[in-house]
Amino acid sequence: MDFASFASQFVQQLVNGVSLGSIYALIALGYTMVYGIIRLINFAHGDIYMLGAYVGFYATTMGKLPFLPALIIAMVVAAIVGVVIERLAYRPLRNHPKIAVLITAIGVSLLLEYGGMLLVSPQPRTFPPVFGNEIYNVAGIIVNLQQIIILVISVALMIILTYVVNRTKVGKAMRAVSFDTDAAKLMGIDVDRIISYTFAIGSGLAAAAGVLVGIYYNSIDPLMGIMPGLKAFVAAVLGGIGIIPGAMLGGVLLGVVESMVSGFISSTFRDAAAFGILIIILLFKPSGLLGKNVREKV
Amino acid sequence: MKLRQWKKIASLVIASVMATAVLAGCGSQQGGTDTIRLGANLEMTGGNATFGGSAANGAKLAIKEVNSKGGVLGKQLSLVIADNRSEASEAANAMQKLATQDKVSAIIAPIASSSVMAGAQVNQDNKILAISPTASNPKVTVDPATGKVRDFIFRAAFIDPFQGSVMANFATKSLNAKTAALYIDNSSDYAKGLGQFFKETFVKNGGVIVSEEGYLQKDTDFKATLTKIKSKNPDVIFAPGYYQEVGMIIKQSRELGIMVPFLGGDGWDSAKLPEIAGAQALNNSFFSNHYSPDDNSAAVKNFVDAYKKEYGQTPDAFAALSYDATMMIVEAMKRANSADPVKIKDELAKTKDYAAVSGQITLNATHDAVKSAVIVEMKDGKQTFREKVNP
Amino acid sequence: MKGVLKKDLLVFGACLVVYAVIQGLIEVDFIGPFWVLNIILICINIILVTSLNLINGFTGQFSIGHAGFMAVGAYLAAVCTVKLQLPFIVAILAGAVAAGFLGFVIGLPTLRLSGDYLAIATLGLGEIIRITILNIPYVGGASGLMGIPRYTNFTWVFFATVFTVFFIKNLINSTHGRACISIRENEIAAEAMGIDTTRYKVLAFTIGAAFAGVAGALFSHYFYIAHPASFTFMKSFDILTMVVLGGLGSLTGSITASILLTFVSAALASYPEWRMVIYSLMLIILMLYRPQGLFGNKELSLKMFGRLMGGGKNGSANGN
Repeated sequence: MDFASFASQFVQQLVNGVSLGSIYALIALGYTMVYGIIRLINFAHGDIYMLGAYVGFYATTMGKLPFLPALIIAMVVAAIVGVVIERLAYRPLRNHPKIAVLITAIGVSLLLEYGGMLLVSPQPRTFPPVFGNEIYNVAGIIVNLQQIIILVISVALMIILTYVVNRTKVGKAMRAVSFDTDAAKLMGIDVDRIISYTFAIGSGLAAAAGVLVGIYYNSIDPLMGIMPGLKAFVAAVLGGIGIIPGAMLGGVLLGVVESMVSGFISSTFRDAAAFGILIIILLFKPSGLLGKNVREKV
Repeated sequence: MKLRQWKKIASLVIASVMATAVLAGCGSQQGGTDTIRLGANLEMTGGNATFGGSAANGAKLAIKEVNSKGGVLGKQLSLVIADNRSEASEAANAMQKLATQDKVSAIIAPIASSSVMAGAQVNQDNKILAISPTASNPKVTVDPATGKVRDFIFRAAFIDPFQGSVMANFATKSLNAKTAALYIDNSSDYAKGLGQFFKETFVKNGGVIVSEEGYLQKDTDFKATLTKIKSKNPDVIFAPGYYQEVGMIIKQSRELGIMVPFLGGDGWDSAKLPEIAGAQALNNSFFSNHYSPDDNSAAVKNFVDAYKKEYGQTPDAFAALSYDATMMIVEAMKRANSADPVKIKDELAKTKDYAAVSGQITLNATHDAVKSAVIVEMKDGKQTFREKVNP
Repeated sequence: MKGVLKKDLLVFGACLVVYAVIQGLIEVDFIGPFWVLNIILICINIILVTSLNLINGFTGQFSIGHAGFMAVGAYLAAVCTVKLQLPFIVAILAGAVAAGFLGFVIGLPTLRLSGDYLAIATLGLGEIIRITILNIPYVGGASGLMGIPRYTNFTWVFFATVFTVFFIKNLINSTHGRACISIRENEIAAEAMGIDTTRYKVLAFTIGAAFAGVAGALFSHYFYIAHPASFTFMKSFDILTMVVLGGLGSLTGSITASILLTFVSAALASYPEWRMVIYSLMLIILMLYRPQGLFGNKELSLKMFGRLMGGGKNGSANGN
């Protein structure tokens, strides 16, 4: 392969990877926020993403709503569901050993998946064409409108999130709770409410990702959340779990690496590559790319 | 203290639910002497749930129609569905249950070749036939260890070697393709089989395979590999997988500027394909199928209308083939004039020129369906007839 | 030591009686093939569940990739019998050794991780193993390895199960076992007491993996085919559910839960759409109201029976 064609393929894969990566980033944000605040890997998070996609689907097909209202409704519904799940399934177990909560999370995940299959059938659904898909050819590299929209919306959501976390009172409370829960309680912060907010925001972001994916790939099914959920977790760990910019970085990085592996090696090892990255990061820098090492105290 | 009581009640409830389930499992099935029971060992959950679900619908529709016309041999038919969870060992388990616990007269075998083979010994031991709507691996009906035909296993579809070569010949002769790329579903032995036979015939015809790539079921992003394929400039791309992934592949290919023809097999057949890919994207793509909806035959129209009425969707190939498999069992029962499993098996093996929804079916010596293939071209999101290929 | 040996021999004798009875019933066809299949499945599940319990319950390491080790055992044993024409016992041992070796190799680096991270890492590793197998044409790839002779029968499965349970029980009650339990209870304190935690964690992991390999070998030699779809993380979750239901740290619990859930699974086969929904609801309710499972970390013992009977028996815990 001569250099010009290699370079053009490389850039094309990069473009592919960044779109994929922004989706992972949106989901990873939810994981990282929840883990940062209550040290729980919410296995059901990938299924909230699926839920968001379905709500968006019903909003655009049965509700005949245009894109933005559908997106917002999906985010709101998912936020509510996320809060309900936290209330019913995770809060009672907050002082129990970690293994119990993890198993409950797995149970909730399975319930959402198979309950979904029961309700909406395992048949994949297709999104109606919500906005057109022009193709732009920039010096041999192909980018289409949907990819641009995904990138724009992801970046917009991330900017909003960063603003909320760093500049608002709620955000400050969230950071306080994730830093030291007991101290936060002593300072008068209603920890339960803050945790609910965290779940709400994380779930909303995942739902946004779900709707964007539904439009981009044009096909949704009840089991669509499993792999992206796991990969988003890898992305969160890669960037540094509990660190918000880390999730964004990890997501995009993972998307790019996946595209490169698919494009230059073989696409069947793509999933294995994602897990491989996880293992390597956990072994060599478990706090992630942007994280700092914290000694565990007795 | 109230919490303690709730805990006790909860544990009692869990315990009784489980006890009931155990008892239900232990209880033997009542066999009605006024109904003839058919079994269906299908993928109702798991990775292949969409296909198994369609097949179950097809079988149920067939039984409903037969029953509304008075049943068979004066008795009504009933269907017992056992879920094999898209997994080979569960398929054996389900086959065992249908054969020994539910005492059925014949069984609709799983969609996936590996699942049919896993349960094959059970059919042999209990002398109850299994006919798969779609399993296409040649080893399903011919035991590779002994080279002999499996007595009690049949299929309603043609096998991979035939389908693969049909498309290869079409590519070389009708599309004048000299180079081809293969993009195969590596998690499906059906797709791999088709790919292998396409390659053999294509190369025999003088063509060159410039790229062989794979994907896995449930993948959604194919752009990276498609970019790679694009750089190799093939004349055609053969993508013999299932419609969910193929739809996305074709859509993403067009978005990347890949405009060459796409070719595939009967796994493409679904009303969802143009929905997923977009009608325009599908132009210039062709696939081999058992029948064409352009076919204005009464059989096809009646089936499609009845299926739509019952289930609210257009039937796909899995539903059609399963419907045919069920009807073939019923016809065999009528010819044998008995519900005895062995007699049904003997008559089924003699099926000749049966006018099925999916074409004229004759079962040959290796229990495979011999029927013509139709090459379908997608035009503006509709399936149109292009060519017929006789075996 | 002598007391334990005597007790073990007694229980072994009881097992032989049970075996003779059930085998006899099978021979005279009193137990139909459907039930034989389920009994064999139960025994294979018992091996899987007790081996996972060793890792998760007794050593407190959260491993959810057990299906990967099962797959390695299943495939390697099948390759031995189908491609290399070796006898069954060699195949089972080869499967066990391979799975155990993989457990060792994987365990050594990853067991430094804790809790949640280990869970995801093991899940990922299980998937990597499955994807790798999917891509190896020599063992059939996506079509699976076919034509495996049915060597597994009740005799093989029963004695494998008895061996597994005895081995694990005796391991738990030895110094090694106590080290593992101390790691579960408080790893830092154990380290401070001079216990080489890495060594014992890897030991538990390796042995657990090896027995999963045995179960896998028995599994593939019953169903004539080894297929990657049988070893997904759903399988790992199935096993995990049984461990949790029985009680993390109770062998009696593991055995009971295996029996119970295998039956429940068979019973719900006619309601496929509902099966997983019921399963998951059960898991959630169980965790909310009784996270220690059926038996917690206690075992059924003769002492308990003694108390019920109103007399005292000089018995310590036994595993059956």
